[in-house]
Amino acid sequence: MQQRPQPQDEDWDAARIKMPVEPFRQTLAKHGLTLTREKITTLQVNVGLLCNQACRHCHLEAGPNREEVMSKETVDQVVAVAQRFRFEVIDITGGAPEMTPDIVDMILRLAPLTSRLMLRSNLTALARERRADLIDLCKQNRVIIVASFPSLNEAQAESQRGRGVFQESIDVLRKLNSVGYGRPGSGLELNLVSNPTGAFLPSSQEQLEKRFCQVLENKWGIVFNNLFAFANVPLGRFRLWLEKSGNLDKYLQKLATSFNPCAIEGLMCRSLISVSWEGYLFDCDFNQAAGLYLGTRKTHISELKELPARGEPIAISSHCYTCTAGSGFT
Amino acid sequence: METYYHPQDLPKFEEVGEEAPELAKKFFEYYAAVFAEGELTEREKALIALAVAHTVQCPYCIDAYSQACLEKGSNLAEMTEAIHVATAIRGGSSLVHGVQMRNIAKKISL
Repeated sequence: MQQRPQPQDEDWDAARIKMPVEPFRQTLAKHGLTLTREKITTLQVNVGLLCNQACRHCHLEAGPNREEVMSKETVDQVVAVAQRFRFEVIDITGGAPEMTPDIVDMILRLAPLTSRLMLRSNLTALARERRADLIDLCKQNRVIIVASFPSLNEAQAESQRGRGVFQESIDVLRKLNSVGYGRPGSGLELNLVSNPTGAFLPSSQEQLEKRFCQVLENKWGIVFNNLFAFANVPLGRFRLWLEKSGNLDKYLQKLATSFNPCAIEGLMCRSLISVSWEGYLFDCDFNQAAGLYLGTRKTHISELKELPARGEPIAISSHCYTCTAGSGFT
Repeated sequence: METYYHPQDLPKFEEVGEEAPELAKKFFEYYAAVFAEGELTEREKALIALAVAHTVQCPYCIDAYSQACLEKGSNLAEMTEAIHVATAIRGGSSLVHGVQMRNIAKKISL
């Protein structure tokens, strides 16, 4: 099992790595901005780093050899917090959440506690996982599926996610459609997430959604509800690739020069708390990867008395430029 | 090695406006309007720009529009086909002048 990184902040980060961009904190200050909490509406639960894929852009370096998964005890603690605070959205992510032993229990217990229970899926884990009834379970509990689907091109998609993933993803999307997911009026929401397949920024979400909609329907008869275009975060496996390929400085500069002060208001970290597979609290999934804990100390979900109040600061680092590039990562 | 082209010069493009700001303003506004989505999508326009960049053999444009094509959602196969379109027109424009060559040759030949 790999060692988790220790708590860090941007100054630590800047001292450790020679940064080709000014610290995020400084950029915020230049625009007279601070990044602080709004009302918390979302609980994001990262159930572990075990995944059937080892995607090259994964900020958490999830993969088949990772053993970190959420324990039954931590699941109980997550459910208790969800019961106490009643979040508008509960967002289950990983790794591949489908591979977590207690995923069925989690879905059954969390679904009644929120109006929007989301399951982030890489699609192939939904098909390969031993539990063939997982899609039915999601359907019965009106779980929103948020599926990774980076590109309409097989070579591009597989350069990011591994060989054989593209066709399998198409098959799973068709299967989801066949049970009603993504179909108008079904109440079963199917959203796609497209990350660029390299060291470049994503296209306009609106234009990309239009194109995916046309091509997926015309070529494969697939329908979906929304597409989200997110930039890759320079952490974990993606950062290693950026370093090895000599793209790191240029990519960080690209993110920093695309800083959009208007994106700050809608950033997801303002209204979300993120729980790691061990039960520790973070401001977002990326801060989990960076080892940047929520608040001033490492806090376990079992110790959570109150949700962070409006105005409380959010831990930031250079990777935050990812979410403020262009129209932002919301 | 010394070279006339430096990648770090590309972001300095706007500096050409320093000596003639009004003309530059007009040009860059026009440029932005041309590449905005209209009857053609931004993705399609970037593919055209990539093909033209290869025709005019501008390293700055090739750098900029290779990235732009990927960012707008094109893939390497589409980008390669776009370049072949430019190549076909470029090659074809030479070959079609063969008609002139033939006309001249015929006129002065027995």
